[in-house]
Amino acid sequence: MIQAVRLRKHYGRTKAVDDLSFIVKPGRVTGFLGPNGAGKSTTMRMILGLDTPTGGDVTIDGKHYTELKQPLRKVGALLDAKWVHPNRSARSHLKWMAVSNKIPVSRVDEVLEIVGLSEVAHKRAGGFSLGMAQRLGIAGALLGDPEVLLFDEPVNGLDPEGILWIRQFMHRLADEGRTVFVSSHLLSEMAQTAQDLIVIGKGQLIAQTTTEQFISDATQDHVRVRSPHAGKLREILAASATVTEDAVDGALVVHGIPAPQIGEIAAENQIVLHELSPQRGSLEEAFMQLTKESVEYHAH
Amino acid sequence: MTLLAVERIKLFSTRSPYWCTALALVLGVGLTAIIAGTTEKGQMSIGLTQFGSSQLALAVVLVMSALAVTTEYRFNTIRATFLAVPSRTSALVAKTVVVAFIAAALGEIIAFGSWGLAKVMSPTSDLAINTGAEWRHVAGVGLLYGIGAVLAIAVGILVRQTAGAVAILLVWTMLLEGLIGIIPKVGIKIQAWLPFQNANHFLALGGGNTAEQPGAGIDFKLSQWGSLAYFAGIAVALLVVALVVAKRRDA
Ligand SMILES: Nc1ncnc2c1ncn2[C@@H]1O[C@H](COP(=O)(O)OP(=O)(O)O)[C@@H](O)[C@H]1O
Ligand SMILES: [Mg+2]
Repeated sequence: MIQAVRLRKHYGRTKAVDDLSFIVKPGRVTGFLGPNGAGKSTTMRMILGLDTPTGGDVTIDGKHYTELKQPLRKVGALLDAKWVHPNRSARSHLKWMAVSNKIPVSRVDEVLEIVGLSEVAHKRAGGFSLGMAQRLGIAGALLGDPEVLLFDEPVNGLDPEGILWIRQFMHRLADEGRTVFVSSHLLSEMAQTAQDLIVIGKGQLIAQTTTEQFISDATQDHVRVRSPHAGKLREILAASATVTEDAVDGALVVHGIPAPQIGEIAAENQIVLHELSPQRGSLEEAFMQLTKESVEYHAH
Repeated sequence: MTLLAVERIKLFSTRSPYWCTALALVLGVGLTAIIAGTTEKGQMSIGLTQFGSSQLALAVVLVMSALAVTTEYRFNTIRATFLAVPSRTSALVAKTVVVAFIAAALGEIIAFGSWGLAKVMSPTSDLAINTGAEWRHVAGVGLLYGIGAVLAIAVGILVRQTAGAVAILLVWTMLLEGLIGIIPKVGIKIQAWLPFQNANHFLALGGGNTAEQPGAGIDFKLSQWGSLAYFAGIAVALLVVALVVAKRRDA
């Protein structure tokens, strides 16, 4: 279990992570979702003891990463596939990692086999394609047969074949009972990979829920309304619904009141309507909306 | 022991230590060959055999040592290292020990290689190593390299980038310490307390031909072994500062 409590990280005036609390449960794939710059990588670096939190705390099964005796046997991480010396062979790269945590060197060949890199084990890692580098990174994460696995944007820049491979791989790891924590800035990707979601925007928690619940909430029906008296209508509707404005044409976007009822409210208040259209939002749109709100919330 | 093995695997699974070793050998022994070849018959001395090792090749060894850490920062393998070994101090000390040991061994090879080559090229010269001072002058090169490596690694940890670390080390050893001597009166007083001047002082043969040697004319306050201890003290102090900084800052 990974537990973050009121975690904060400030870089100068940038609040990369701001009062973030969450729990990652064992035996499931948990997605860590947020737009670019939301603080996902920073959070992962703090989980792994690379960056020191400005405030708050994050632990793995109650211990700081830096307190783990042979950390690779407990936690496997792929933060960046490029963290390899380009002139070192794939095998040498894994070998020093194995020796450092007293993992038998035979395990190196095993993980190379698992990720399908046995053929190029003696080739220098600098010549690897992004997909191969990603596989090498995963081999490194698996080396100590850890219970907890962290992956930061593992599918970034991969071709569809590579993406599918990684997705299936993570499901396999979770099926084996491991804790898998994987970040992405794409909800559509997470929808297919994660069972639980931790959603952040601007370093703050937006939601922690199951993926199913999040998607049904996020794609909730809403109604587009245009009116010459938009301001007045907005005031009235805002009492019992969430009202935002379409950035393109200024139409009101109403969550929480169905279209017929909005029509009745308008009639009661003698407000002319130019448009009243029920909508079903797309996943990405809803996600953008959600994270944008968190941005706006901060601006005030 | 485990961590020493890790750093050994890391160091020898890349190419730059091999290149640096070869370059240090060629420059160190090569300069001796040129000196031996151009010195008049029978005039070669022990002092002349170690110009290459104690000046030229030393610079290459300092660069090699700094590279051992700056390349880790350059390719972010330092983060992979700290993930595998969260105790940063242990990981960096292990690296320092491995690199310093290799540097010291290389120093002995270059020093005695230069001496041996001079003996072959100039068989009529008196190159027998008899006195303690002569032994120190040749065998001491290894100690100098080992301590120099510690200092270079400390600079590498602090600066984190290759260009910066190399520039600092080369300017410091090849220019700065020598130039300070130009300052009237106080210059040589300051020089008596500069680390690489003291390193040279440790190697100094004494006796008749001191004027030819680096560090000549400086009034050192320490004995020759005292100078070595002083050089080592500065290297270790710098390393301690580097370790504290590395522990505190984000990887
Ligand atoms: N080392 C750093 N120094 C300064 N700012 C940083 C550093 N790392 C991240 N940031 C800033 O913190 C914010 C969060 O970044 P990051 O954690 O990389 O987000 P994500 O991984 O979600 O895209 C960004 O605004 C980024 O510019
Ligand atoms: Mg990121």
